[in-house]
Amino acid sequence: MSLNEDLTRMSAVELAHAVQTGEASAVEVATAHLDRIAAVDGAVHAFLHVDREGALAQAAAVDAARAAGNPPASPLAGVPLALKDIVVQKGVPTTAASKILEGWIPPYDATITTKLKEAGIVILGKTNLDEFAMGSSTENSAYGPTGNPWDLTRIPGGSGGGSAAALAAFEAPLAIGTDTGGSIRQPAAVTGTVGAKPTYGGVSRYGLIALASSLDQAGPCARTVLDAALLHEAIAGHDPRDSTSIPEPVPAVVQAVRRGQGDGIKGMRIGVVTQLGGEGYQPGVLDSFRAAVAQLAALGAEIVEVSCPHFEYALAAYYLIQPSECSSNLARFDAMRYGLRVGDDGNHSAEEVMVATRGAGFGAEAKRRIMLGTYALSAGYYDAYYGSAQKVRTLIKRDFEGAFGAADVLISPTTPVTAFKIGEKVDDPMAMYLNDLATIPASLAGIPAMSVPSGLAADTSLPAGLQIMAPALGEQAMYRVAGAYEQARNAAAGFALLDRIAALPTAAVPTAAAGR
Amino acid sequence: MTTAELTPAEWAALDDVADFDEAIAAFDPVLGLEVHVELGTATKMFCSCATTFGAEPNTQVCPVCLALPGAMPVVNGTAVEYAIRIGLALNCSIAPWCRFARKNYFYPDMPKNFQTSQYDEPIAFDGYLDVPVGDEIVRVEIERAHMEEDTGKSTHIGGATGRIHGAEFSLLDYNRAGVPLVEIVSKPIVGTKASAPEVARAYVATLQDLVRSLGVSDVRMDQGSMRCDVNLSLTPAGNPVFGTRTETKNVNSLRSVERAARFEICRQASVLTAGGEIRQETRHFDELAGTTASGRVKETAEDYRYFPEPDLVPVAPSAQWVEQIRAALPELPWVRRERLQRDWGFTDLEMRDLTNARGVELVAQTVAAGAGAGDARSWWMSYLAQQANSAGVELSELAITPAQVAAVIGLVSSGSLTAALARKVVDGVLAGEGEPAEVVEKRGLAVVSDDSALQAAIDEALAAQPDVADKIRSGKVQAIGAIVGAVMKATRGQADAAKVRELTLKTIG
Amino acid sequence: MSAVPSTEQVEPTGPGGTEHPTVSREDVAHLAHLARLAVADEELDRYAEQLDVILHSVAAVAAVAADDIEPTSHAVPLINVYREDVVRPGLTPEEALAMAPAADAGRFRVPQILGEEQ
Repeated sequence: MSLNEDLTRMSAVELAHAVQTGEASAVEVATAHLDRIAAVDGAVHAFLHVDREGALAQAAAVDAARAAGNPPASPLAGVPLALKDIVVQKGVPTTAASKILEGWIPPYDATITTKLKEAGIVILGKTNLDEFAMGSSTENSAYGPTGNPWDLTRIPGGSGGGSAAALAAFEAPLAIGTDTGGSIRQPAAVTGTVGAKPTYGGVSRYGLIALASSLDQAGPCARTVLDAALLHEAIAGHDPRDSTSIPEPVPAVVQAVRRGQGDGIKGMRIGVVTQLGGEGYQPGVLDSFRAAVAQLAALGAEIVEVSCPHFEYALAAYYLIQPSECSSNLARFDAMRYGLRVGDDGNHSAEEVMVATRGAGFGAEAKRRIMLGTYALSAGYYDAYYGSAQKVRTLIKRDFEGAFGAADVLISPTTPVTAFKIGEKVDDPMAMYLNDLATIPASLAGIPAMSVPSGLAADTSLPAGLQIMAPALGEQAMYRVAGAYEQARNAAAGFALLDRIAALPTAAVPTAAAGR
Repeated sequence: MTTAELTPAEWAALDDVADFDEAIAAFDPVLGLEVHVELGTATKMFCSCATTFGAEPNTQVCPVCLALPGAMPVVNGTAVEYAIRIGLALNCSIAPWCRFARKNYFYPDMPKNFQTSQYDEPIAFDGYLDVPVGDEIVRVEIERAHMEEDTGKSTHIGGATGRIHGAEFSLLDYNRAGVPLVEIVSKPIVGTKASAPEVARAYVATLQDLVRSLGVSDVRMDQGSMRCDVNLSLTPAGNPVFGTRTETKNVNSLRSVERAARFEICRQASVLTAGGEIRQETRHFDELAGTTASGRVKETAEDYRYFPEPDLVPVAPSAQWVEQIRAALPELPWVRRERLQRDWGFTDLEMRDLTNARGVELVAQTVAAGAGAGDARSWWMSYLAQQANSAGVELSELAITPAQVAAVIGLVSSGSLTAALARKVVDGVLAGEGEPAEVVEKRGLAVVSDDSALQAAIDEALAAQPDVADKIRSGKVQAIGAIVGAVMKATRGQADAAKVRELTLKTIG
Repeated sequence: MSAVPSTEQVEPTGPGGTEHPTVSREDVAHLAHLARLAVADEELDRYAEQLDVILHSVAAVAAVAADDIEPTSHAVPLINVYREDVVRPGLTPEEALAMAPAADAGRFRVPQILGEEQ
């Protein structure tokens, strides 16, 4: 194994340490990852844009700061990261995986982009996703699907399939995801990585291209729970530019992970949600979940069963609220100020050009959801659809409140099934929507939830994930359990899940590969 | 809209608009007025861009008001306070909890393709405004006052008329996009009969007066910072059921409000009398013709798909804050006027003329800057009124401030300027030549009070007219006029006649 | 919020009950028009069928949404989030127009606008 390959296998914590001690420069770390991307991304297609020049410049700045004797900008200074292409980065193409934004170069940074830069985190490029984050497989990307590094013929989950695949392919040790109904957690589960959705309002949404404003939440993706916690602390916090941002201190999640790993979780009450399991769940996924429950019990946690009867309506409520808000959020893509413009030949009116551009620029799923949302908000239907769905949110929130009376955290399988074949469900929207069955309740309630690898499902030999949910602003309990569980599972198995992923086909590494 | 787009029925209506008196005899007009006020905040409703009127295109824009992907709104707290001020002044209840909503429709001058507005939860509701109409007071009930944002501006280039229809392309400036607006909606105004057009005008004028006094907007109808839509329907005399209404937009002056209402009464009456039906539609007022014309007929009814704006949180003004705002409200303009009239000792007629000329605040500010009330009134109502009139602008739009007027008045009282010179100084200020003192300096307009300069002129005059000097010495003091005249001529009128007289007598001894 | 008063929409036959109105080709065409989406004629049926299936599945929400339940819009309820009325620099006109499909004299150039302001 070359030095470069060693660097790409290291965790963010290890890389930060290497950079801080001078064992490796930030430029070496960035170069190793850029080379890895050049070698494997032709097969994986996790990235829509690689910003080699920008990444190396950021890395060089970290090295220069260290050379000047400055303390590291953050505990993650010099660590590379893959940014989901729905997060705006100034001067770097941002497309949301849609044709309608092809070639758009933002004139500003998202708040999280600013925070990443200030933390000395090196942004390697922009990762693939379902168009405007609508989907559970990354197949809805206008720029082609991403392969799951465990089996390139399978989906890496979605919408943040690119970010999750980049981690599993060792192209980056950290990634940013955004989660509206499960887009961080579901890809994490099916790629054997870690992904956390913070409490709604915990991380600024300013500069995240909006899908559903009342649900969207950015969060950390990593290969280990501790790395995720470090990234969580780097990006979280109140932002006056986001009116829905919570004016509270960032939860000390790194400390919580260390506590879970050190003191364990003895005496914590962990609730198993009756409704998130059973019918519709793959046997191998359920087996993996049962093993996780047993492991948590073995760590001294008290396992209780809790019932959340209104979860039955969560999927329905979600597929009303999300398309409704989306139909309005995507109205700004109209060919007037930026983005694609079709049919401007002097013979067509602004309205005709708008219609033609939106028809050509949005994919089928985007159109479906825009029309669905338009319907649900229409005069005469509002009360029955959008209004009712908002009431179901209240019922789900109440279910959670009841459950958190009996348990500190709740757990479930993250996804009902392991990674399926690319193309398998593209023509069946409802089958696709069922992938989010277990992740949607936490999204509707706005509570924090994360996915941690729970091993390979015995029936498919593909990764399964354990979902851990906590009350609003209860990230510390969630990370504590995650840290303890990850450590125990790895110890019992004798290895971390990703240690056993098969090698990817590699292309010859071009020496000075430019960003594409 | 060009007249070519009128339907035959409308052509007929235009050709044969009913006589106003006949229309009122047969029908009762029902008025509804929607007034948009652009708030005078420093920044926009949801972003920190400036709101300066007349700036170069797209110089007051940011990711938020251009609706760039990812940008998010944050409410301007001052705009909320201003909206509450307006609500309280209109005797409204202030909502203890309300939200913004998205009004979804596509239009290129609205970057998000939804307007962030308030829907069924306005910040202020159920108020009234007492409107003086002639010698009476008409109470207009206010349904609501709600917050929203303005759109950008489009300019249509090319095509036969340069208007929207036939334009080859359009240019968009988003400086105005997102400027805070308060929309004030009246309840239907009934029972006004023949005075309906006058009531409409008086309502808007009173509202303008009120809002201006609150210091929350400059309410300039000519610049669009106050805009009015006139809703009007007719109902057969004595029938309690309202008829179909039209909404007339583009009504950009007080006079137009009255004319638009009057025209619609006549037009609708003629359509109804001929057995036709009124279409519920938007109409546009044509300032030149004094008529309204039908807008484009929409294929489908509006469906704005309102829903609560998920990027914003509720506005919940505390009772304490509302009471603070109420306590700080300025004196109502009509109450203030009564007080000022007493203080200034103006007659009712003088005060009414001043009010009608919208000069009360100008005089008040001139007095505050040190001038006497009588002098201030006479400057604003005579010479300055003439200048405003010939320039076709409001008094307040003249390029002279009350402080400058007060300075000129001061120069006259101190004897530094004569009345004639003072008018020249005012001309200079209006021409942009600077402060009054600068104009005096640059144009050399000061009364020549320098004794040595005057003395030289006097000596010269006496030398030129020795006979006159003799006459004066012999006691014919009235002969001095010839010397004073000569000195005035020599100083081009800039000498003080009394001073010249005094010095001449002294010289002759 | 209550439904928007409208003169054109008929009451749905039933998301409040058990059925929802079937989505027709014409409905899809109407929705596409409202949303300014060009949808090919041959796609109308497919979208109608898919939207019908989805709406059938989601209509269940109305069954549990009793009148006395308050709607929830955000997880952690916040109120009164305001910004100070202080001007901050935004974009330069060059930055604003850099990504415009067309620009002219400092403004965004767009095809002729035929519709009306609302």
